Amino acid sequence: MSHTTSGQPARQAALQSPLGRVRGAGSAKSGSHHWWMQRVTSIALLPLTIWFIVSLATGAGMTHGEVLMWIGNPFNAVLLLALIALTFHHTASGLQVVIEDYVNQEWLKIGAILVVKGVCWLLGLAAALAVLRIAV
Amino acid sequence: MATFTLPKNSKITEGKRHPAPSGAKNVKSFKIYRWDPDSGENPRTDTFEIDLDQCGPMVLDALIKIKNEVDSTLTFRRSCREGICGSCSMNIDGLNTLACLKPIEDVTGDVKIHPLPHMPVVKDLVPDLSQIYAQLRSIEPWLKSDTPPPPDAERLQSKEERAKLDGLWECILCFCCTTACPSYWWNGDRYLGPAVLLQAYRWIADSRDDHTGERLDALEDPFKLYRCHTIMNCARTCPKGLNPAQAIGEIKQLLATRGG
Repeated sequence: MSHTTSGQPARQAALQSPLGRVRGAGSAKSGSHHWWMQRVTSIALLPLTIWFIVSLATGAGMTHGEVLMWIGNPFNAVLLLALIALTFHHTASGLQVVIEDYVNQEWLKIGAILVVKGVCWLLGLAAALAVLRIAV
Repeated sequence: MATFTLPKNSKITEGKRHPAPSGAKNVKSFKIYRWDPDSGENPRTDTFEIDLDQCGPMVLDALIKIKNEVDSTLTFRRSCREGICGSCSMNIDGLNTLACLKPIEDVTGDVKIHPLPHMPVVKDLVPDLSQIYAQLRSIEPWLKSDTPPPPDAERLQSKEERAKLDGLWECILCFCCTTACPSYWWNGDRYLGPAVLLQAYRWIADSRDDHTGERLDALEDPFKLYRCHTIMNCARTCPKGLNPAQAIGEIKQLLATRGG
């Protein structure tokens, strides 16, 4: 039997019992923290992103010096650092879910997730360093 | 894995046409997916023209009429014909539902009937559900209690405790929801799917069961549970009007609160 309505390979290739197959390696006993942090970061990013966009819009036309002053303000610097950390955390965990959904080859899945996390870490560190060099 | 084209041997070809008997006035066409594992041929769509004046009101009535009077090789599951056994689940007019509960008059144009999506096909409208049955078995859908039952009496529930099972106990395991879920299509080998997760919550929510923690442990997994992205196809397609996505949301909430 090698036919399905959507073309995925038939499942009869191995003789393992269906119960053994679906139990697989068992529960990872993780995932709820990842799910919760996705919700927390998205809610926290709502006010932060609005603040950032409003600040950019109202600050349009500032000179270079004024921008440096604005970033150097401790209040703005702290919020900018929070925005950077949460944005890249949220991006990495969201892309991880997309990759887990659509990539089935194990080595490709792990590799892609590591690349996404690495890029997000580096971009986040670079952005944070830029704020700190101005503010500190 | 997401697949976007059918392999050669799964492409559907045009099948036979069975015209309505002469003199029929109220004719409706049923376009039905056919596949026979013994023929070696590709699946095909057969067209059956049915005189609705000589047929019962539901899609299942038409299928039974076709099998009795036109083509006895048409293969499908059915039993109770009143939406309680869950056997005749199939894709009708683009939506998974029970043939016995789907009025023919609700379908505009031809009635297109396919087996439940993305399952291996045994024959015609009969899908192989052995993986879903195994997944149901894996969540241990029975009462587990270390508390001995009262002698000569049932285990009692308050009205409030019993009310928590409403919207869960009505599930008839037709698997319309699971086979309508894109997450199940892409990752069904590991994701348990909406029907099985609703059953899991049915036992988590049962006040007589005292193994809730173990049940949550077994579900806390990026694939078994967290492939649900609240796409909501499950609630949209459920022929019993249940909401599996809400049950899954309750499980996620329990896991989040127990983690602190």
